[in-house]
Amino acid sequence: MNIMTEAAVEKALDQKMNTVSHKMVGKDVSVYYGEKRALFDVNLNVRENTVTALIGPSGCGKSTFLRTLNRMNDTIESCRVTGRITLDEDDIYDPSIDVVELRARVGMVFQKPNPFPKSIYENVAYGPKIHGLARTKAEFDQIVETSLQKAGLWNEAKDRLHEPGTGLSGGQQQRLCIARAVAVSPEVILMDEPCSALDPIATAKVEELIHELRANYTIVIVTHSMQQAARVSQRTAMFHLGNLVEENDTDKMFTNPDDQRTQDYIMGRFG
Amino acid sequence: MTEIATSVFPRSPAARRDIGIKRRYAAERRFRAYGVAAILIGLLFLFVLLWTVVSKGYTAFQQTTITLPIEFAEKVIDPKNERAANPAKLMSANYPLLVRDALVKTLGIDPANRAEVKKATDMVSASARTQLRDIVVANPAVIGTTLNVSLLASGDIDSANKGQINLEVEESKRKVNDRQLAWMKTLSEDGVLSKEFNTGIFTSGASSRPEASGIGVAALGSLYMMLIVLVLALPIGVAASIYLEEFAPKNRLTDLIEVNINNLAAVPSIVYGLLGLSIFINFAGMPRSAALVGGLVLTLMTLPTIIIATRAALKAVPPSIRSAALGLGASKMQMVFHHVLPLAAPGVLTGTIIGLAHALGETAPLLLIGMVAFVVDYPGSPMEPSTALPVQIYMWANEAERAFVERTSGAIIILLIFLVVMNLGAILLRRRFERRW
Repeated sequence: MNIMTEAAVEKALDQKMNTVSHKMVGKDVSVYYGEKRALFDVNLNVRENTVTALIGPSGCGKSTFLRTLNRMNDTIESCRVTGRITLDEDDIYDPSIDVVELRARVGMVFQKPNPFPKSIYENVAYGPKIHGLARTKAEFDQIVETSLQKAGLWNEAKDRLHEPGTGLSGGQQQRLCIARAVAVSPEVILMDEPCSALDPIATAKVEELIHELRANYTIVIVTHSMQQAARVSQRTAMFHLGNLVEENDTDKMFTNPDDQRTQDYIMGRFG
Repeated sequence: MTEIATSVFPRSPAARRDIGIKRRYAAERRFRAYGVAAILIGLLFLFVLLWTVVSKGYTAFQQTTITLPIEFAEKVIDPKNERAANPAKLMSANYPLLVRDALVKTLGIDPANRAEVKKATDMVSASARTQLRDIVVANPAVIGTTLNVSLLASGDIDSANKGQINLEVEESKRKVNDRQLAWMKTLSEDGVLSKEFNTGIFTSGASSRPEASGIGVAALGSLYMMLIVLVLALPIGVAASIYLEEFAPKNRLTDLIEVNINNLAAVPSIVYGLLGLSIFINFAGMPRSAALVGGLVLTLMTLPTIIIATRAALKAVPPSIRSAALGLGASKMQMVFHHVLPLAAPGVLTGTIIGLAHALGETAPLLLIGMVAFVVDYPGSPMEPSTALPVQIYMWANEAERAFVERTSGAIIILLIFLVVMNLGAILLRRRFERRW
């Protein structure tokens, strides 16, 4: 029940894909770090139950854009965001939107696995605890179990739930971070190069996981690997020098892109 | 064979570039030698320091006592039998006479020979008076009985018994005369005069007689001050650091505050004493010589140390932990108290204990707020006059008697033990709670 069969996933997705609905909409998004402008009027829509990959050379603004989606840029003092980003029609930069609530709806997985130096159980239960999603021990147990199952870590971790999360291998740690993000039942999960610190086997596992998570979540992933973008995403957006160069279906992007720069980058002619 | 050699070293050694390998290793060896030398010099000085203190001070933990059968004669203590009506009479009775009588009896001196009797009574500390008084006041029923009481020997007899007085000196120029030495010998053989573990040095207060003085009162004063410092400096320091490190915007004002905190940590402690004198005593009207004022002054002095240590500990928590908590939707407050502070706790505790140890050894500011006081009784509260361990050492160091010299070193040993215990505690806490990530 937790891990749908391949066919069921595809079917469910096809149904949803027929009616394209935009989970998040970015309109004329610009980001400034002090005087320096990092993003130039980006217009990018994130489709529901779709994996959107953000690609582009280093420093092109893809991570910056990702972090505007759950306002992680707020923690950088000199950072300023203009334009409009909506989550289900609500402007997330509107003063009436609470950033804590936003981040409960838009979760994030970071480049380097960063489990808390606590037990695996506490890592997963922390989000539900602060948001009051569970009251009793049984409810917490349930959330921890389903979250770890969704992250494909349950079988490896069920006998060592109370051992420190930092004792896991790198790939397991990253899946623990995904379980931790899933535990608060977000609508969107942002992933900032989630596999860049992992070996190919762990990477394959995480990619498989992303594929499964798509049934229930909207995912935006930043990646440096063209192959990864091609494998996991349905939509791809290419950034260059702070501009959105092209946004398209992944299949089209990697076979017949509209923009010359995209083609050059994908072919490895620059970047 | 030769083929292999040439393949491993394709060029002869002479043909190889000189890249200064020898020089580099020589430089490294020199540097190591400097380092070892520096450590050896440090250890030497530490050893000399400890040796001087311990060799001079260990005798302070022994005390010569003279055990005499004291007859609590009613005709001496209460000749008119008025103690039932007027218990205060017992406070002012002629107790030294009891000691004299006991000595005369034990040594077999003619009571009429005043000079001899004087020499004999000089052997017992004048504190015997209060000692006997306390026995009688606590239990008036002892009047009329005879009890064996261990009396403190006077400071000079104590020194002589420990072999600290040069007996080669001409009799008239030394503090212990030949008659007393002879008595000491016989008393010692009879087991009347003996050396015992000195509990008085831990429990007594100030006294002008070295044999009756101790660090008890000063230690209690120091304890009060440490508690005040802990209760005030730890929460204030941690709160200030958390605000500065996690919440405050980084601007000119916070830069200025940071520079000033670092400056405050370097301000000579005597300046804090002056500040305490003018603010807490002259302006706020707090009592002089009180542990309360001392504690407040030491709090001011310790705050910068704790703030600097706490900020360093907070800075050392990896930013990825902060991102993880924020990314899950934790508020900043939850991020700090659930994740950052627990990880920084060992550093905070170490900083606090080192700050406390520093405050425990501080003397100069206490001199200015009047804690150089002759305090005999235990202070019942931090508001009452008290003194502190290092101040007690300072005061004893100013005394001339031989017995005070050994007590000075003895008190230094006790203070050093306190400091070592505190620093060990800091190290153990750090080991225990240190987490890796």
